Amino acid sequence: MRVALFITCVNDTLFPGTGKAVVSLLRRLGCEVDFPAAQTCCGQMHVNTGYRAEGVRLARHFTEVFAGYDAVVAPSGSCAAMVREQYPKLARPGSKGAAAIAEVAPRVHELSEFLIDVLKVEDVGAYFPHRVTYHPTCHSLRGLRLGDRPARLLRNVRGLELVPLPGAEECCGFGGTFAVKNPAVSAAMGADKTRNIMDTGAEVLCAADNSCLMHIGGTLSRQKTGVRTMHLAEILASTEESQ
Amino acid sequence: MSATFLGMPGNFPKNSQKAVQDSQLRYNLRKATHTIRGKRASVVGELPDWAELRAAGKAIKDHTLRNLDRYLVQLERAVQDAGGTVHWARDAAEANRIVTALVKATGEREVVKVKSMATQEIELNQALAAEGITAYETDLAELIVQLGDDFPSHILVPAIHRNRSEIREIFLEKMPKTPEGLTDDPPALAEAARLHLRERFLRSKVAISGANFMVAETGTLVVLESEGNGRMCLTLPETLISVVGIEKLLPAWRDLEVFLQLLPRSSTGERMNPYTSMWTGAVEGQDFHLVLLDNGRTGVLADEVGRQALRCIRCSACLNVCPVYERAGGHAYGSVYPGPIGAILTPQLRGMGSELDASLPYASSLCGACYDVCPVAIDIPEVLVDLRAKAPHAAAEKAGMKVAGWILDDHRRLAAAQRIAAKVRGLVPKKRLPGPMSAWTDTRDVPEIPEESFRDWWERNERA
Repeated sequence: MRVALFITCVNDTLFPGTGKAVVSLLRRLGCEVDFPAAQTCCGQMHVNTGYRAEGVRLARHFTEVFAGYDAVVAPSGSCAAMVREQYPKLARPGSKGAAAIAEVAPRVHELSEFLIDVLKVEDVGAYFPHRVTYHPTCHSLRGLRLGDRPARLLRNVRGLELVPLPGAEECCGFGGTFAVKNPAVSAAMGADKTRNIMDTGAEVLCAADNSCLMHIGGTLSRQKTGVRTMHLAEILASTEESQ
Repeated sequence: MSATFLGMPGNFPKNSQKAVQDSQLRYNLRKATHTIRGKRASVVGELPDWAELRAAGKAIKDHTLRNLDRYLVQLERAVQDAGGTVHWARDAAEANRIVTALVKATGEREVVKVKSMATQEIELNQALAAEGITAYETDLAELIVQLGDDFPSHILVPAIHRNRSEIREIFLEKMPKTPEGLTDDPPALAEAARLHLRERFLRSKVAISGANFMVAETGTLVVLESEGNGRMCLTLPETLISVVGIEKLLPAWRDLEVFLQLLPRSSTGERMNPYTSMWTGAVEGQDFHLVLLDNGRTGVLADEVGRQALRCIRCSACLNVCPVYERAGGHAYGSVYPGPIGAILTPQLRGMGSELDASLPYASSLCGACYDVCPVAIDIPEVLVDLRAKAPHAAAEKAGMKVAGWILDDHRRLAAAQRIAAKVRGLVPKKRLPGPMSAWTDTRDVPEIPEESFRDWWERNERA
């Protein structure tokens, strides 16, 4: 199967390792991958901060770049939710933009959705001998309704011990520009999330969104906890040879 | 006399910073919200048709709002036919004038009140006080707030921010005839308040209430409560004045079936509320007045996205599940409507002219938990994002977002920006960023900027 990668601007710029992991994982599973070079950003930051005109422009650009692909895979629950849930609200019903969105949006999949729903694999042949806890992230959980898909994938990783995270469904406090617009509340939420992670005794915190991991990871690092953060794609891409 | 929210200074980030640093407050809030949250989840889980009930609640409310003019006239006629008097109030000032005149006409200087958000919204107690009339709150939590000269901080549990030893102090200091040996045991506190209130109920000739629902078909008003104080207020006095927002309407009696299931489970986590009082027009020789309050609601109704906020039945489930409310507390919102629903209702009712009101649409991480629990499916995140597009933005932020938009408009510009970032990666401090980004580095380390972006890696490996 030929799939287009939507790597997302945050991953592209700050977490290229996640993109590389997606490439190696999908190839291992027999997919042909393409990275449409004209892609930039889904526009979530602009729309959610109140800059709708800029966001709409980015959304239009996205639908142009990814038109014509059977499947688009994004290693981000948040950006996939933006395209699938929020894009339809940005265009006037019956407009050309609305038609373009209706065409592209259903083909956009978050990584774990793509693996389980489209490729129909739960065991991706990964090996990662560590104690891991999983933070479901709000947009994956309540936007995309990913449910236990990430957990099913992680449980099939050899050597991996998946430990439950107390208060997993609570927001970590990142929230895009919320983190700098309401720093006190954001930090308080991050601190509580960090404490819950520490309680699990996990070595690694895993999630399907690097933006949330950037906020939690920044807090874990500032508190010198020694807990690492890793994107789901990076754990699933790990093999015995790569360890 | 409890304090007033009008003209409250500050903004949400500043107000909440104070709350976050108050460890007693954070403990009180966390304990209370998590308790109610758990109870709600378990009783909602018992109903196999919750999703259908929720959809029905949403549909009934939407239908009513679409035909509000027609149903309001039907309600007016039904109330009049049953011997009640209906008054229309465009705004808070008009509502306060009407109520004050009605109380004055009775010759009384004291009124008892059933807990009501609408009368808090219009600051009725303050308006009455200005005319020499004392309003006594009879809901236990409202009483605590009123005696403590405090602001309510929750829709359902206005004194959620207080613990029992603080309540004991307030009673001993401010409540007449409180026994000296009062302990902070909850039953003892409740009993002291009960004795105090009983005397008021028996003495009062005038009562003021709100209503949870009004039925257009029959002209019936409905109040749900837990303590029985509402029942006393509604039945004992000679004059009853109800101030109700125009959106509290339901078309028909049978619609109550849906809401009497949705409301108690969502708000108190109970299968059924302890007291449901219903009255139609003037009963048993009582003089009954209904004041229908607009106060900005018609404007909200005109907004295509924002109007869904008028479906709200004031259950407060969104407050109890909100991670921002849990840390910031209710006072930070500077309104009688705190939490997620307050963040969309207040700026719509009051406009975004003040710094505080303009900051409210941003008082959310958009985590979506509020939408999930809302019994009438108000898409609060959707309304928040819509309000943000209408909110005033600071010039520096506008400039920054414009630059970011320009860079992201074209992948070549983005690639160039990434290469510049990679060049200066050694210079970016982990622990102290300049300007507004310092809000990030106060508590979090900055991620390391990679040597090479994904797109450059792809270009180097795949296209070569």
